[in-house]
Amino acid sequence: MHAKLSVVALSVAAALALGACGKKEEPKPVAAPAAPAAPAAPAPKPEVVVKLGHVAPMTGPQAHLGKDNENGAVLAIEELNAQGIEIGGARIKFELVPEDDQADPKQGSIVAQKLVDAKVHGVIGHLNSGTTIPASKLYSDAGIPQISGSATNPKYTQQGFKTAFRVMANDVQQGKALGQFAAKLGAKTVAIVDDRTAYGQGLADEFRKSAEAAGIKVVATEYTNDKATDFKAILTKIKSKKPDLVFYGGMDAQGGPMAKQMKELGIKSGFLGGDGVCTPEFMKLGGEATEGNYCSLPGMPLEKLAKGPEFKDKFSKKFGVEIQLYAPYVYDAVMVMADSMKRASSVEPGMYLPEVGKTKYDGVTALIEFDEFGDLKGGAISMYRYKGGKLEYVETLGGDAVGAIKEVAAEVKDAAKAVATAAADAGKDAVKAGAEAVKDAAEATKAAVEKK
Amino acid sequence: MKRHRKVPFLHVAVDLPKMDIFLQQIINGLVQGSIYALVALGYTMVYGIMGLINFAHGEVVMIGTLVTITVATTLIKAGMPVAVAGLAGLSSAVLACMALGWSLERVAYRPLRNAPRLTPLITAIGMSIVLQNVAMIVWGRNYLTFPHLLPKVNFEFAGAHFTAVQVMIVVVSGLTMGGLVLLVYRTKLGMAMRATAQNPQVASLMGVNSNRVISAAFVIGSALGALAGVMVGTYYEIAHYQMGFMLGLKAFTAAVLGGIGNLAGAMAGGILLGIIEALGAGYIGDLTGGFLGSHYQDIFAFVVLIVVLMFKPSGLFGEKTGDRA
Amino acid sequence: MSRLLTSRSAFGMLLIAALLIALPFVAALGGQAWVRIVNFAILYIFLALGLNIVVGYAGLLDLGYVAFYAVGAYTYALLASPHFGLHWPFWVILPIGAAVACVFGVLLGSPTLKLRGDYLAIVTLGFGEIVRIFMNNLNAPINITNGPQGITLIDPVKIGDFSFAGTTQIFGISLSGPQKYYFLLLALAILVIIINLRLQNSRIGRAWQAIREDEIAAKAVGINTRNLKLLAFAMGASFGGVAGGVFSAMQGFVSPESFSLIESIMILAMVVLGGMGHIPGVILGAVLLTVLPEVLRYGVGPAQMAMFGKMLIDPESLRMLIFGLALVLVMRFKPAGLWPSPERKRELTGGS
Repeated sequence: MHAKLSVVALSVAAALALGACGKKEEPKPVAAPAAPAAPAAPAPKPEVVVKLGHVAPMTGPQAHLGKDNENGAVLAIEELNAQGIEIGGARIKFELVPEDDQADPKQGSIVAQKLVDAKVHGVIGHLNSGTTIPASKLYSDAGIPQISGSATNPKYTQQGFKTAFRVMANDVQQGKALGQFAAKLGAKTVAIVDDRTAYGQGLADEFRKSAEAAGIKVVATEYTNDKATDFKAILTKIKSKKPDLVFYGGMDAQGGPMAKQMKELGIKSGFLGGDGVCTPEFMKLGGEATEGNYCSLPGMPLEKLAKGPEFKDKFSKKFGVEIQLYAPYVYDAVMVMADSMKRASSVEPGMYLPEVGKTKYDGVTALIEFDEFGDLKGGAISMYRYKGGKLEYVETLGGDAVGAIKEVAAEVKDAAKAVATAAADAGKDAVKAGAEAVKDAAEATKAAVEKK
Repeated sequence: MKRHRKVPFLHVAVDLPKMDIFLQQIINGLVQGSIYALVALGYTMVYGIMGLINFAHGEVVMIGTLVTITVATTLIKAGMPVAVAGLAGLSSAVLACMALGWSLERVAYRPLRNAPRLTPLITAIGMSIVLQNVAMIVWGRNYLTFPHLLPKVNFEFAGAHFTAVQVMIVVVSGLTMGGLVLLVYRTKLGMAMRATAQNPQVASLMGVNSNRVISAAFVIGSALGALAGVMVGTYYEIAHYQMGFMLGLKAFTAAVLGGIGNLAGAMAGGILLGIIEALGAGYIGDLTGGFLGSHYQDIFAFVVLIVVLMFKPSGLFGEKTGDRA
Repeated sequence: MSRLLTSRSAFGMLLIAALLIALPFVAALGGQAWVRIVNFAILYIFLALGLNIVVGYAGLLDLGYVAFYAVGAYTYALLASPHFGLHWPFWVILPIGAAVACVFGVLLGSPTLKLRGDYLAIVTLGFGEIVRIFMNNLNAPINITNGPQGITLIDPVKIGDFSFAGTTQIFGISLSGPQKYYFLLLALAILVIIINLRLQNSRIGRAWQAIREDEIAAKAVGINTRNLKLLAFAMGASFGGVAGGVFSAMQGFVSPESFSLIESIMILAMVVLGGMGHIPGVILGAVLLTVLPEVLRYGVGPAQMAMFGKMLIDPESLRMLIFGLALVLVMRFKPAGLWPSPERKRELTGGS
């Protein structure tokens, strides 16, 4: 036994050494596609590297969404670097530090600590509410601003952390809108299914409150989990209660097969889901069974937003795949962070954190402003219909949706005015007439929106 | 249409479960159970001969599904008729899984024949992790869609809906299990397997090559697994590198329920498990007034297992074997 | 024990003590994340030693050990968080957690007494899942566990005004939260190891070994196998309960996702890989299997860059693959574990 003690000492030392080899490595940065060498310009301006952490599940059932998030962040960082921003007298180069939390809260905490150790200037993420919430404590303790583009659980911003922000509507707003929409669809009875995750259960609960408030009767509540593939048992039970609508709080990997099995069982009810099933993946997995059903997404549809189509274009050109779900929000999150740094003239977390709360940034997904909790002000939710393998926009509910459209209309009107003035100055009557026409159109849009 | 009947001994009018819903649940359970049974056979064959829980068997099933997807999709894209692509996919899966099962035994388990009991278990767990991650690297992280191999035909009987695919699953499973019984009870190999399961030392004394028998058990079990994998793919039309884990666990539970090491037990256990899960998810909510419901459906199987084992410690069909050290 | 006091072993022990005290500071050179990883390693040492009692000493294959971990964690969370508004001190809650886990150990062990080896495995596995699913769903009609959302803002360990969270200055040295927890865990670990050593060399320990080797013979010589098996479950469970409580306090957040079947399997792997029934082996197993995935997390990316100049395979995918391979290879070449007890080694090399 005593001889072994020295062996133990040696192995402890060995383990330390082994760990030390790993410890000294910095987290692997995703370098921008530019060559690793610094810009060749012999500029006297110092270059500061700003590291932004990004966390999402890169392995596991939601890995396709994690990758999507990362793509959004990468796109934003490249554009920022291409702009050659200067803050506080130094040229800024943004660098993404990607991490995988596997949608597991324990891993999320470990990875969060890793980022805190690496002294990142800000964190974008995480993807899942279940990992974002515990990680947010670590970032708050370290004073690192955190903006999530996809964590919708209300609790995230209710913990009182000054560093927690999100750039989309949370599940309270989403559930409420979904309930109202279900009533609009004319459903009198609904069956609710949730997948027993923090996200699914939270959304389903909010939906229930809203639906019942709208006078809809909940005739069945069933459950599944986020790894299941067979739903026939619970669907058969739901069938026996004959609801008008089935609501699913959960992700596309389950929602798709669920819709399919509903059809196989001959269930005539409609299907409604939240942002977790509002993805191309859902349509791929559910096939024709998804046709004609509805889902919701936070914010406004990309096509209707001023910068939306342009973003879609850029994204597909660069990555060659469709946007899965949250990439535009993550893109905006990065932009908001950079914008806050610019306004504060500093990249230090302590310095630019107050500026984050004062953000008024016109992003791809919305005009981004935060309330005192870190939630997105306004928080519009848009409803979509699955048609022909694509999402077809239906309408927008809640929040400052109307205001956002008004803003866009107002901008169009201002632009038209400017053109009209220029035309008048240049004396081109034709142009003037055209500009007036645009102005009228903008007024008409505004009126139509106001009527709504 | 609710039917109220006065049930004798209960002096209340009771809502009898609607027959069409009940029948539907039975069908759901039967189909799912047939799949469990096929996978359970793989576990039980290996356990019966070697006393080893082959944790990696669920992953073999998963590989079967994914191989079928790759082969069939490629052939369909190349313009081959669906039936041919399907058969090619199936055969590739069976061959691939047989090879995989054989290598697993040869490389990972054979060297550990004389090791302490738990060592091969940890090896099996390690191989399960390896196979999952290899699948993730090769096939990616996303869910994959299984190609349409069978025509979509729907039947209706007494209000219950079922599809051609479901019928095929039950029929093919039944035939396969029948074939396996024939193999084990009517062929020389089968006799050798039964002998080795009963008493390895005496069997080898009588001239049975235990290595070959063990390899055969793995290969046949893996072939059955591949078939089950194709069925899962055809039925749910999706596949994912992590799909084998839960399926393997449930199938193993079924095998234990029926009496591990016992072929009839595995089959009965599988089908029983499927039906229990379906009926449980469908009716427990109503029976307990909403306290327990479908959110507990994953553990119905375990609860039933525990109750059964309390009365029959060797499973439903298990024989009381003497304590093997 | 007197063998331990020779000058050679005293030196060895001093060396180890010095290394252990220096460890959190060395680890912090690589970042606080590494101190956390070390803390998790110690936590898993508790769990592995607890499972070692059940599997290693008594020979009962328990695949649902994580249930006790979960029970301990939730007990702490319920008694020290805003959830019920209770904020009891840790030195009250940890023993309560251990006691509750003990009760669960007896509850879960009772139906298994008549079961043979592998039936026992699947039943304990079932129990592990049952506990987890109950934790996940007990948020209606009365909200006990808050369901999938988990319980947040759990109090850190506090002694009077001294909190283990956050950084404090002691004698001019700055100790971070994780570093303070390290020393608490180290103290508990020493206690746990001593208890285990005493158990192993006691009559109870020997009775367990008798049951493991041949239960019928043990019964024949008058050992009350029923009570001893239950005792094994209860004692093993209590370690899990303590570990769970500290986990809760350290992480500040618990949810059912942390207590899945994979965890039970991992802990079993630690026991078997390290050397079943042999305390130093089990400790080694726990440390290795906790640290290895993290080292791979940091190392796989840069290693690929160094070897191939680019990323051939995603580091995340490769990490767990290497881990699985490590399990297979170790079992292949060291079937009795990395550091088996001397008796085991003799048994195996002397032919089965």
